[in-house]
Amino acid sequence: MAFYVVQFLTGLASAASLFLVASGLSIIFGVTRIVNFAHGAFYMLGAYVAFTLTERFSGAIGFWGGVVAAALIVAALGVLVEMVLLRRIYHAPELFQLLATFGLTLMVEDLVVLIWGPSDLLGRRAPGFKGAVDFFGQNVPSYDLFLIGLGPVVLGALWLIFQRTRWGVLVRAATQDRDMVAALGVNQKWLFTSVFALGVFLAAVGGALQIPRDAVHHAMDLRIIVDVFVVVVIGGLGSIIGAFVAAVLVSELNAFGILIFPKISIILLFLVMAAVLIVRPWGLFGKPEVTARRTPGLTVNPWRPLSSKGRLAAVTALLLAATLPLFAGNYALTVGSEIAIFVIFAASLHFMMSVGGLASFGHAAYFGLGAYGVAFLAKMAGLPMITCLLLGPALALAGAALFGFFAVQLSGVYFAMLTLAFAQIVWSIAFQWVEVTGGDNGILGVWPEKWAASPSHFYWLAIGVAALAVAVLRNIVFSPFGYALRATRDSPRRSDAIGIDGKLIQWTAFVIAGTFAGIAGALFAYLKGSVFPDSLGISLSVDALVMVLLGGVETVSGAVVGAIVYKALSIFLVSQTDLSKLILGGVIVLVVIALPKGIVGVLETIRQRRRPRPEPPLLASRIGTAE
Amino acid sequence: MSTAPNLLSVVDLDKSYGGVHAVRGVSFALKAGEILALIGPNGAGKSTCFDMLNGQTTPSAGRINLLGQDTTYKKPREIWRLGVGRTFQITATFPTMTVRENIQVALASYGRRLFNFWASMPRLAQQEARDLLERVGMAGYAERPCGELAYGDLKRLELAIALANQPKLLLMDEPTAGMAPRERIELMRLTASIAREKSIGVLFTEHDMDVVFEHADRILVLNRGTLIAEGSPQDVRRNPEVRAIYLGEGLVYDARHREGQSA
Amino acid sequence: MRRNGHFLGAALAVMLFGMAQPAMAQSEIKIGEINSYSLLPAFTEPYRKGWQLAVDEVNAAGGIDGKKLVVVSKDDGGKPADALTAANELVSSEKVAMLTGTFLSNIGLAVSDFAKQNKVFFLAAEPLTDAVTWAKGNRYTFRLRPSNYMQAAMLVEEAVKLPAKRWATIAPNYEYGQSAVAVFKKLMSEKRPDIQWVDEQWPPQGKIDAGPVVQAVAAANPEAILNVTFGADLVKLVREGNTRGLFKDRAVVSFLTGEPEYLDPLKDETPAGWIVTGYPWYDVKMPEHAAFLKAYQAKYNDYPRLGSIVGYQTIKAAAAILAKAKSEDPEKLIAAAEGLSVPSPFGEITFRKIDHQSTLGAFVGKTALKDGKGVMVDSVYRKGADYLPSDAEVAKLRPAE
Repeated sequence: MAFYVVQFLTGLASAASLFLVASGLSIIFGVTRIVNFAHGAFYMLGAYVAFTLTERFSGAIGFWGGVVAAALIVAALGVLVEMVLLRRIYHAPELFQLLATFGLTLMVEDLVVLIWGPSDLLGRRAPGFKGAVDFFGQNVPSYDLFLIGLGPVVLGALWLIFQRTRWGVLVRAATQDRDMVAALGVNQKWLFTSVFALGVFLAAVGGALQIPRDAVHHAMDLRIIVDVFVVVVIGGLGSIIGAFVAAVLVSELNAFGILIFPKISIILLFLVMAAVLIVRPWGLFGKPEVTARRTPGLTVNPWRPLSSKGRLAAVTALLLAATLPLFAGNYALTVGSEIAIFVIFAASLHFMMSVGGLASFGHAAYFGLGAYGVAFLAKMAGLPMITCLLLGPALALAGAALFGFFAVQLSGVYFAMLTLAFAQIVWSIAFQWVEVTGGDNGILGVWPEKWAASPSHFYWLAIGVAALAVAVLRNIVFSPFGYALRATRDSPRRSDAIGIDGKLIQWTAFVIAGTFAGIAGALFAYLKGSVFPDSLGISLSVDALVMVLLGGVETVSGAVVGAIVYKALSIFLVSQTDLSKLILGGVIVLVVIALPKGIVGVLETIRQRRRPRPEPPLLASRIGTAE
Repeated sequence: MSTAPNLLSVVDLDKSYGGVHAVRGVSFALKAGEILALIGPNGAGKSTCFDMLNGQTTPSAGRINLLGQDTTYKKPREIWRLGVGRTFQITATFPTMTVRENIQVALASYGRRLFNFWASMPRLAQQEARDLLERVGMAGYAERPCGELAYGDLKRLELAIALANQPKLLLMDEPTAGMAPRERIELMRLTASIAREKSIGVLFTEHDMDVVFEHADRILVLNRGTLIAEGSPQDVRRNPEVRAIYLGEGLVYDARHREGQSA
Repeated sequence: MRRNGHFLGAALAVMLFGMAQPAMAQSEIKIGEINSYSLLPAFTEPYRKGWQLAVDEVNAAGGIDGKKLVVVSKDDGGKPADALTAANELVSSEKVAMLTGTFLSNIGLAVSDFAKQNKVFFLAAEPLTDAVTWAKGNRYTFRLRPSNYMQAAMLVEEAVKLPAKRWATIAPNYEYGQSAVAVFKKLMSEKRPDIQWVDEQWPPQGKIDAGPVVQAVAAANPEAILNVTFGADLVKLVREGNTRGLFKDRAVVSFLTGEPEYLDPLKDETPAGWIVTGYPWYDVKMPEHAAFLKAYQAKYNDYPRLGSIVGYQTIKAAAAILAKAKSEDPEKLIAAAEGLSVPSPFGEITFRKIDHQSTLGAFVGKTALKDGKGVMVDSVYRKGADYLPSDAEVAKLRPAE
């Protein structure tokens, strides 16, 4: 019995750490609607700075003072980031802030190694909480007890702030309805800045408090960021109580789950999230989104199919690209093939995201399923390459049909997180089912047949398929189906009122996007000659998002350009420098600041400006798109 | 009263949310070509009634019969398919499309062609779209991005979209809200002329009594979820209960004033 | 949108031409090297220093056959797909004579398969999985470090002497952890059929929630524990285990924990008496090592980690293979490498003909706390050759060529 009590307490201690970080994320999202990917980076910085301070200043005051000072320093950094970077892009298209914070995260990961060195660092134990307390023969670390106490204290303090201060009331109001706060004449800028500072402060405290029980190292951010997102979503976005309950729920399920299934930790969080979201689409304590969505944002220029001149240009570009084997070496061709594959992948996500407004955080699942589909067919069934390429994506199609059905019942960030959960579930199956998938050692020897084996032939195959895929997707964008999909995004109310079955349309779009991602994955398997679980992983899903956002989410061809630029740049940087993350992150941040609509978005704006307008723009303020 | 069959008949409609009775025991009918106004002060239950008719909310009790079919529990989509057009208090259109494309989507949906992945939408049903735009006086705006239309034009666009399924009944929620007085009259004249021409029944809610008294054939008055009066504009205007509700708002005076002008 | 076409072409052209490299100079021999520099700097930084030292030494001694040795090094970011891109660049653009490096097992396997497909010589430095030389072995791939199996066998030799009968295991939930546990269990159970395995914990690699794991293991009340976690996971596990008294009166056998990369961060919390494999650089008696240590400290003013040894020896061995082959032809390199004996800081090692595994060994000893730092004591160097299965068994493990 004592054991179960102690296991429960241990779970609570884990929950407290998770809650501190998650509450900050939840507050930031609730008010600013920023998907703050850099939250983990602030957590990590909190730990590093606290490490330095607590090493320098000894004693209880040195330790606790160091923890608080570290959190304050990092919060100040957060304020800087908010004012210099995020403030510029609050009105950018949805999720564009994700791109900015992703760039920051990349930079921080390299910076901490440059500043604090590559080795794992061992921080001090907390003065007064070094030992353990005996509980019926079981040892409970006193620091755990401290954390268990701290969780509710922070929860209570936040509750008081939000209930009893004017600032807190404003934050709550802003969480419910941003426009209203703007209407009240509140200085929204400073409200956002202060909220961001508080959120970052909480993240940094969470990081700093890890130093007595963890190692401080440069991958801490990745270890926590996805987990806290999941906790926030399970709890319900913007709900602090929800974050607390969710943190306790997942921590306890993990603490007791490993007693029965020792391998459960790897996937537990995502199973819980998928289950919660399917039953409660807005998380445990969340409320349905209040029409907060600014439909498509800045751009009101209707999309146009390519003119005949545009088609000519595209065909010319394709033909030019096809001449590459005449003068480039094998390496360039292989890189070219890889870029072409990622063009397909990004275009497929873009189709869902831009046309359908369905931003998936787990699009790699279908890329990876296509790759595994090919690997199974080639290695187990021994089918010829063409057959594999044609049938392999069917696995992606099946996966997209299954998961898409549940995902499209949700919208916004909840949709995104459910797709992430599904992707992680698929990933963990590939990772764990060693007999079939080879686990993390993957499936080797999926090489192309002779006719496609030479880099130039494979390159032609890849750009051919890519051109075809992009053309087909583009054509669908301007087909009745594409318009119906766009209609469900532009105005669910109107599309419902003209007889469009929105869920069916979105589901179909999900399956189409998944299948095209699967085609990309199938080619990728042959390009690399092997398939690994990371072709289903989060980082690949994030890559796809970044490509789409970088190109410009409100454009038709943003994904193509985004994929080429991002992939080429990252391959180039990885090849040339060990600090590729720092530079790539820096480039992304610069792009975000300089081109807040994405590369293609900005190109289009420039073109629009050049084109003489037939008449002055009409009363823009009265555009009634309050959907 | 004509003897034409009812387009819409509503019997004992009830809706309560938790403990609140938003609508209770509402019954009425509407015939082809008839223009029926549903009025009442804020919170009287007009929108709830509308949402139930439209299928966005299911009633707690009562029946709705539309065009000979029981639609009490049908979805908005299915009701639309029966021949009901709908406009919203706050316009709902597709801002990333041109004006013409807005209509084309509705036409394609009506023609059950949305699961066509190949045809080029901008070339589909161009003539029909043009005709509809012409009918609402927006032919000149066809290629304009919908996102940059003025509000009054958006309202007319919505009307055109609502006509795309050749409806027998139009449900218009506050059709003139947010418009300048002159635009309001124009829009309702346009609506009325289309309704008469095609023998479409119209049910609309409205705050502007000028609009109501000028265009409605019949008026229903809701207060606190209950139908308190029903009849011709003259009858309703004379009803003491209605006057009591509206007196404070000065609307009765406006209505008289308006009547005097048009007489 | 019209512009995108041009943009596409331009971007492709710029990036691809940028990547094309001029052909190598005739007076050089290039070795391609790939490792997870950005993902695992704690291991790969000392590793890089190690191979840079080796390059200096080789070139100071006149290079290879009079040609200057150049190592072209690439980061794989911890992703197999990126490692393959790098391998491709090294082979196609840089025209390297051979590939070396890699840390993670799956990357090692991916590059090994690439080597087989493209007929390139590959000397795997670090990946531990047995598959590299056995189940998925191929004629183009050689491996330097003692494999999972060898290290397990070394630990088992000590572990069987323990009286403990009830064992629990804690290992990261991926191939390395799984196969380490599997081999250890198999070898242990062969020698000690009386042993019971009472609990196993599989925390996700890099994401251990140490409190519940420690508590769960303690609840099973084992007499001994096998640990396979390393890095930050190990730190968390040790801290929780110390606080909760998990390691008190229990024997612990632990893979890799004696390597400075993993032992040093434990500082004053280093648990005493764990039986570990590792590298006690302060306590290595071989004369070859003394020379290496001196050179390393002189160049870097830092002490070597195991990664330094691996990096150093990888390039030293590669240079020896190239010198013996007197050619960059992969078949000649294979012929030269098979059975080749080369000196190393741990004494002479041999690349076995039968499975291309080197006989580099490891130190087995016990952890101890000295002056607030973790050290390995009572360490003995175990030669790799003594901990490999018989040739007949190995032949069965390797696929037919």
